Amino acid sequence: MILVLVEPEAGAGMDGGTELISLEALTFARSLATAVAAGSGSDDAAVEALVVGPHPSGMLAELAAQGVGVVHHAADPRLASYSAAAWAASLAEVVAATGPAAVLAAGSPRGSEVLAHLAARLNLPMAANCVTVRPNGDGLLASRQVMGGSALEEVRLIGGPGSPALLTMAGHAVEPVAAEAATSPEVRTFTPQLSDTDLVARVRGLEPVRTGGADLTKARVVVGAGRGVGGPERFGDLLELADLLGGALGVSRVVTSLGWRPHHEQVGQTGSRISPDVYLACGISGAIQHWAGCAGARTIIAINTDAEAPMVTKADYAVIGDLHEIVPAIVEELRTRLA
Amino acid sequence: MEVLVCIKRVPGSSGTVTLTPDGLGVDTRHVGYVVSPHEECAVEAAVQLVETHGGSATVLTLGPDDAVEQLREALAVGVGSGVHVVGDCDRFGPADVAAEIAQVVRTHAAQGKSYDLVLFGNDSADAGNFQVGIRAAYLLGRPVVTGVRSFEVADGVVLARGDGPEGAELFELPLPAVLTVKEGGITPRYPSIPGRLKARRALIERLEPAAEPSGSGRIRLTLPPEQASTVEILGTGPEAAAAVVDVLQKIGVTK
Repeated sequence: MILVLVEPEAGAGMDGGTELISLEALTFARSLATAVAAGSGSDDAAVEALVVGPHPSGMLAELAAQGVGVVHHAADPRLASYSAAAWAASLAEVVAATGPAAVLAAGSPRGSEVLAHLAARLNLPMAANCVTVRPNGDGLLASRQVMGGSALEEVRLIGGPGSPALLTMAGHAVEPVAAEAATSPEVRTFTPQLSDTDLVARVRGLEPVRTGGADLTKARVVVGAGRGVGGPERFGDLLELADLLGGALGVSRVVTSLGWRPHHEQVGQTGSRISPDVYLACGISGAIQHWAGCAGARTIIAINTDAEAPMVTKADYAVIGDLHEIVPAIVEELRTRLA
Repeated sequence: MEVLVCIKRVPGSSGTVTLTPDGLGVDTRHVGYVVSPHEECAVEAAVQLVETHGGSATVLTLGPDDAVEQLREALAVGVGSGVHVVGDCDRFGPADVAAEIAQVVRTHAAQGKSYDLVLFGNDSADAGNFQVGIRAAYLLGRPVVTGVRSFEVADGVVLARGDGPEGAELFELPLPAVLTVKEGGITPRYPSIPGRLKARRALIERLEPAAEPSGSGRIRLTLPPEQASTVEILGTGPEAAAAVVDVLQKIGVTK
């Protein structure tokens, strides 16, 4: 059996569903469970899920569509505000009770954090940001992203009842697809044993997400801006284009380091990871650090003076030239056609 | 206020990654090493804490002889002293590194220097394990918050702020505590010339690892297959605008 920690959809409230990257992890878990079962001659290809605290209404149907057999639900008023240690305590309890071969979480900030807590509690190794995992003898062989996704590391993990392999999945490693047969999951609600120390580092207050501009990580269109923009006062045409397309502005690390734009707009290894339908990368060379954040875009259009820049050669489409001549022309063309 | 900040040297980044011939590491001959970005912010936070509250900041790294350079970078921006656990970082997994750090914290406490805060970067730019700070916190029996953008200390309590899925999250922890810092809220300063001179003279405690590492489980590194460029050049200069809008309309993202 493979146990998956699932997270509720961010920003959707109690009417929402499951976070996309958790659905990816469930899809991944199904294929891993099948491979592990085949490798060990067992017929236990089950996938179970853990949901911690209050969960949105749409979640159960999505877990059913993903073929989850059992949904463990940790319910306790003390789980109303997030604490990684309390989530890990809940997860550890399910692990002890069910003996999974592996525990999977999304490679999200929450998923990485909770799984690392679990690894510390169980004193077991953990592999973060895996892209492929396959059975290997009495353990697993995982391939995981390192160097911001520009290299892969193959690691050997032990795995089995009592010492599960602990894995987080890199975003976009698989497409979330529904199981061949949906299940009607058995929901097992339990009250986890939480100690006071599990609740020390809990969220005491929340400042809602800033408004204005579409959320970078959820935007369908992101207009990217790099050093080639030339200065903090020269973002007007890019902001206009983003606005016209109902998208968000995203910038490279150079731009935030120079103080031209705020850090929350940064796309990259130390900023946001985006997955828009279109990424319009303007004046961005495409260093590894940046690529780690924008590789999830479906279509990349690069605008750059240098036809040899990695951003251009790795893009789907490119325009060669000065972005401050090209972007206003695109804005004008859009206005004409939309009029 | 006693602060320990733990840093790791990582390969400098450029357009491409090259591996060593045995595939076990990154070839750094042309890119050198830098302090992992989130950790530069943790170093700055440590310096600011001591400027505000007094006490001292100590920087620690586990790495080969040359990693002393990254310790000196932290010393040059105002950290008071350094600890160098000398070892080949590729042989140490996250649990091994956490154990070495916890050992130094315990030893220093026994010698009379108890760290109120131990700071880490949220995740290293190379291995990206997301584990060392959390594992060290468990070994030390201290609370930990990860992904901290900014924080302040007052009356034995640390108020930390980080990004959660629903917005900025606020935490309030009693000291001693562990934080892992993320770039974005704290801007690292540049070293001054006197700072660099001071760093060259600063005393660095050299230690052998306390235990034989169990390792990271690494078999080898590989590079994703080089994909031939399939870029379609839509044109040059503003004349290409119509072609760009054609693509946007085809994808269906124009309102």
